[in-house]
Amino acid sequence: MAMFAKDDLKATELTLGLPGCARGNKRALANDTNEEPKSTNNTTPDAKKFSNDDRENAPPTKAQVVGWPPVRSYRKNCFQAKKTNAEAEASGIYVKVSMDGAPYLRKMDLKVYKGYPELLKALEDMFKFKVGQYCERQGYNGSEFVPTYEDKDGDWMLVGDVPWEMFISSCNKLRIMKGSEARGLGCAV
Amino acid sequence: MSEDDDRSPPSDAAATGITASGSGGSTSVELFPAPYPDQVLENVLENVLCFLTSRRDRSAASLVCKSWYRAEALTRSELFIGNCYAVSPRRTTARFTRVRSVSIKGKPRFADFNLMPHNWGAHFAPWVVAMAKAYPWLEKIYLKRMSVTDEDLVLIAESFPNFKELVLVCCDGFGTTGLAVVANKCRQLRVLDLIESEVMDEDVDWIACFPGSHTCLESLIFDCVDCLVNFEALERLVVRSPSLKKLRLNRYVSIGQLYRLMIRAPQLTHLGTGSFSTSDGMIQGEQEADYASAFAACKSLTCLSGFRETLPELLPAIYPVCANLTSLNFSYANINAEQLKPVICHCHKLQTFWALDSICDEGLQAVAATCKELRELRVFPVDAREDIEGPVSEVGLQAISEGCRKLQSILYFCQRMTNAVVIAMSKNCPDLVVFRLCIMGRHRPDHLTGQPMDEGFGAIVMNCKKLTRLAVSGLLTDRAFSYIGQYGKLVRTLSVAFAGDSDNGLKYMLEGCPKLQKLEIRDSPFGDVALHSGLHHYYNMRFLWMSSCKLTHQGCREVARALPRLVVEVMTRNEVDEEDIVDDEIEILYMYRSLEGPRDDVPKIVQIL
Repeated sequence: MAMFAKDDLKATELTLGLPGCARGNKRALANDTNEEPKSTNNTTPDAKKFSNDDRENAPPTKAQVVGWPPVRSYRKNCFQAKKTNAEAEASGIYVKVSMDGAPYLRKMDLKVYKGYPELLKALEDMFKFKVGQYCERQGYNGSEFVPTYEDKDGDWMLVGDVPWEMFISSCNKLRIMKGSEARGLGCAV
Repeated sequence: MSEDDDRSPPSDAAATGITASGSGGSTSVELFPAPYPDQVLENVLENVLCFLTSRRDRSAASLVCKSWYRAEALTRSELFIGNCYAVSPRRTTARFTRVRSVSIKGKPRFADFNLMPHNWGAHFAPWVVAMAKAYPWLEKIYLKRMSVTDEDLVLIAESFPNFKELVLVCCDGFGTTGLAVVANKCRQLRVLDLIESEVMDEDVDWIACFPGSHTCLESLIFDCVDCLVNFEALERLVVRSPSLKKLRLNRYVSIGQLYRLMIRAPQLTHLGTGSFSTSDGMIQGEQEADYASAFAACKSLTCLSGFRETLPELLPAIYPVCANLTSLNFSYANINAEQLKPVICHCHKLQTFWALDSICDEGLQAVAATCKELRELRVFPVDAREDIEGPVSEVGLQAISEGCRKLQSILYFCQRMTNAVVIAMSKNCPDLVVFRLCIMGRHRPDHLTGQPMDEGFGAIVMNCKKLTRLAVSGLLTDRAFSYIGQYGKLVRTLSVAFAGDSDNGLKYMLEGCPKLQKLEIRDSPFGDVALHSGLHHYYNMRFLWMSSCKLTHQGCREVARALPRLVVEVMTRNEVDEEDIVDDEIEILYMYRSLEGPRDDVPKIVQIL
């Protein structure tokens, strides 16, 4: 992940503010090229973990204040995530997606997709590339781009090897590898 | 702590006004030994005092003389400790030796809103350790805002063979492991109520741990336990719990599963429905059981809640019970006015109604039209942000004030309000005891006149003569507080945020409200001078909380010096923001009377002056 402090990349940066607004959040430049998609208080599932999420996600008009309005976190969080089913993890599964060579990361909600074909199509649309043909023995053929993911153990795996449900529950982040690195993974015996 | 004390500060060891469960009286007993009392008289007294149940009366009785003090201590079986740091477990168990039921409250309410460091305190451990030795016959424990660990729960299960009731409200620090041990070992357990508590999912099937034979369970409330439960085990448990009257399920129980439980337990009086949705969130005609008949079979049902993921199409199932309901909690049901109306139009006996503002002013009008017996209303926001268009406003509040004349308690979140409507409510609902209005935008004036909300709140304290709890919001000047000080003679709990102009605001409250017990203030311009104006009253209070006001270390230190029986805790901002640091300014002041002096379990961030 490259660090970007150059002005010429300002146009490609994602911010929380409306177009034309000056950036308000100092921390983003320092350690991460990616910004959360514009979100209000508590819309991302990560927000649940932090007690001071109010401070992190300021809406464009007014900075949120900790503990105001005086509604308990449990109640606040109940209505932010869009619930389409009542499964154990009812809120979205957001993972970072990077592509080798691209200057910035994206974020995707894996819950939105029903399976691999849909996910791969979405990746292709997002990063403007074509993924090759997947087969169990050889991985992806016919393209220099290979979709991979980091699982809960920290290992880099080929997207498509495990059943879909297992994949979305173990995927930490996605990375679209390119070129020689990709070939190494695809030929694993 | 008792809420009855309004004495002047103690000038000698015999005066109390400090705690219900302990007093300075023990010192005077040693200094002035009396002749040995008549044993017969004392026995008679004990038998009489058994009938005294009010804390207030017991406190008064204990002060008559040494003999009465001893008799009262021996006969007090229900202990209430309003602030776990006001008195120590050791002192408590030394004075009261035959206790069957204990209630303890820990953190102040603002801890619910992340205003307090996570490890601040209120640990239950020292209490359970002391009680395990001193109260082997303990039957009931009620805790609110305490930190409870799995080890504490294990100790409960192992130390009290007669244990019957465990109620944990707004507690945290424990998980399903502890619950499993309680379920398994407390063979006399009648009540296991977990309310708005944070329970860690330790992957333990605690429901399956209840004894395999008949249980004595009367109440099982676990709607806040955010983990999957073993449904088959739950069903078997309900079947072998014939005394079960109260059952509140969590959001992982689907309506199909609810149906199966309800037909096993038609004797229920209180039901929390769980998700009130199907397992995939969709209606499929063929799998729909006759849910309405299950509800119809519950002829004693008076209290309905749950609705965590409501499918509005399923709501007609509850029509059969609406006419008997006295309490309906829709505060997790994101339904609109049209979906509410067909339900609420049957609820003639409703006394308690909690809802989301998704029902809009129109929904509130429907409530006002039918629920003539309404005593308590709470309206929570779906979207708890400022600066947005809110679905409820003064229109809904006006309708309620006109339709629900018997209203006693209201909590109302909104984005805009007018003085006129608040004044109208103060006149239409003279029985109001609790008035909590939260205008979510900070410093919002009356949206029609542009005036501060002083007159509205002034009218409330003036006209509602029974008012004991008040929470204010919106744009407020010192004038509002002068009204509160002038008319709020019975007010015990006051909540203030982003309000007032100067020290006078706080002074009016401290000088004017003799019954004030709990005062919580945030982000208001009150400083050291105002703090000092309350010195005459702080020993009569349970606590004072002030955060993001204008207090300094020096000011707080002076209070600590003037009142040695007060514990003065301060917390300074942990992030140093170079531009606006002011010398000596503190972030949070939390002070309370205590017999014990500074506690020994303070986290680093807390300083006791």
